[in-house]
Amino acid sequence: MKRRLALLKTNRQLTISLVLLIIILLVAVFAEQLAPFDPLSADMNKSLTAPNSLNKFGTDKLGRDLLSRIIFGTRASLGSTVIMVGIIFILGTFLGILAGFFGGWVDHVIMRLADMMISFPGLVLAIAIAGVLGPNLVNAVIAITAVSWTKYARLSRSLVLRINESLFMKAALVTGTSNRRLMSHYILPNIFPPMLITAMTDMGTLMLEIAALSFLGFGAQAPAPEWGLMLNEGRTYLTTAPWLMIYPGLAMVIVVVTFNLLGDSVSDLLDTQN
Amino acid sequence: MSIQRSSHRIIQIIIVLFGISFLTFLLVYLSPGDPAEIMLTECGNIPTPELLAQARKDLGLDQPFFVQYGSWLKGVVTGDMGMSYSFKVPVFQKLLSCLIPTVALAVSSLLLMIAVSFPLGVLSAVFHNKVLDYLIRGFSFIGISIPSFWIGLILLRIFGVNLGWVSVSGGTADGRSLILPAVTLAIAMSAKYTRQVRITVLEELNKDYVTGARMRGIPENKILLRHVLPNVLLPLVTILGLSFGSLLGGTAVVEIIYNWPGLGNMAVKAIACRDFPLIQGYVLMISLLYMTINCFVDLSYPLIDPRLKEHKS
Repeated sequence: MKRRLALLKTNRQLTISLVLLIIILLVAVFAEQLAPFDPLSADMNKSLTAPNSLNKFGTDKLGRDLLSRIIFGTRASLGSTVIMVGIIFILGTFLGILAGFFGGWVDHVIMRLADMMISFPGLVLAIAIAGVLGPNLVNAVIAITAVSWTKYARLSRSLVLRINESLFMKAALVTGTSNRRLMSHYILPNIFPPMLITAMTDMGTLMLEIAALSFLGFGAQAPAPEWGLMLNEGRTYLTTAPWLMIYPGLAMVIVVVTFNLLGDSVSDLLDTQN
Repeated sequence: MSIQRSSHRIIQIIIVLFGISFLTFLLVYLSPGDPAEIMLTECGNIPTPELLAQARKDLGLDQPFFVQYGSWLKGVVTGDMGMSYSFKVPVFQKLLSCLIPTVALAVSSLLLMIAVSFPLGVLSAVFHNKVLDYLIRGFSFIGISIPSFWIGLILLRIFGVNLGWVSVSGGTADGRSLILPAVTLAIAMSAKYTRQVRITVLEELNKDYVTGARMRGIPENKILLRHVLPNVLLPLVTILGLSFGSLLGGTAVVEIIYNWPGLGNMAVKAIACRDFPLIQGYVLMISLLYMTINCFVDLSYPLIDPRLKEHKS
């Protein structure tokens, strides 16, 4: 009874976070239909208007509607995060499989590189990379990828090492299965679930990291509606227009909470299943 | 740690520093933009081609990549990291002057974090699945989901604008203006660390020796203080050392918000001005700092757990 109750509870958390995620996705997809105004059209007559019935969240210094910008910002923030997590996931897993499967010098090169990256504060290197390559969202993604793949490489490598010892793997080896087939049909399906869960639990953190880079001016560039950048723009008007920093931040918190809830409940589910 | 392991560790640090410096140097070398032009344009006038050529020669930019890297490396070893383009002072001097505020900020927020998250994490583990546990977990969950720069802006709005307790413009590194940045950093980190303390203590509480101690009738708080806490200290100190790294990176964001005159603030300005010598110096300085701290963490293991000392001999 108690176990069933616990499972129900994790499922409830899972349901809530999934519903929230779907809503957020819908907002991102239907931004054009949902936003009351064009996020980029400036109207200097309405510069820094406080929230009212027309502009629900107020306007920024160029008179652009904040609500519309936040709605469109969902696209930028969500899009860049999902793409980034995807790249990190694929790159890290791929390198980890290579290291674990081949061993020897391949393993050495990849893992020493990972050691180097891990013995270094991530955001500092990301700032340096993004700063040197030039500030834009693509370079911010590259910068964070460069410091984040190591975690996935380490994890997938350790999983591969365990699979290497398994009987089915040895059987496949003695029957002369090709390396490529071993990796794609024997290793990948087995390490995929734990890797995917790691990626899901990391979504929130990585979203905050990319927003932090945008906030510092090394990510999305004006006039793009991106939450980190919007907070940076709103910073100047801390005294006169506090809504400029409240609402984009709130939007970010909601999305990150959703991701973290989802990640927590998915990894809980896996724990209880094991 | 034995002398052999220490020296091994130091060699490892040097290799990593070498790799990191090479990587940043390569990045800078490959990046678009001519440092000579940037440096001269900083002065406000458009440089003539002759002036540019002269500046390139002075900076050694006409040399091949490896010669440039070699001469920079030679300079670093002798304590000369070149001149900052934008501040017009030696990089080393600039780094040192910004180091103290950043270390002050990092250490005070770290202390604050320990003071908050250690008791909370232990309480959460002890009252596992009780109301207090849910409350603490709820707080730490929200804490890890809120961006530190948003917390910073909100605190600045409340205490700077609404209450007028601190100056909004910042720029000074005194004790009064240290409070808000330290609190901001501590909030984000405490949330993460509380979770880790909770998990570590919880794992330890489930071990057989704890059950054994309970069966022998040893009071619960004595088990906690005498048996569990000394055992969780080691993993927690390790995590603490690692979190110092994210702290050093995280300070950049908070330093910008509060205009705290530290390394992170300086680095962001240096990047905006494409002040390459300063960026290279910053990356090297931070990585050295981070690895030194983690080396000290490793060295402290035998002090925390005397068994590690005995094993060696």
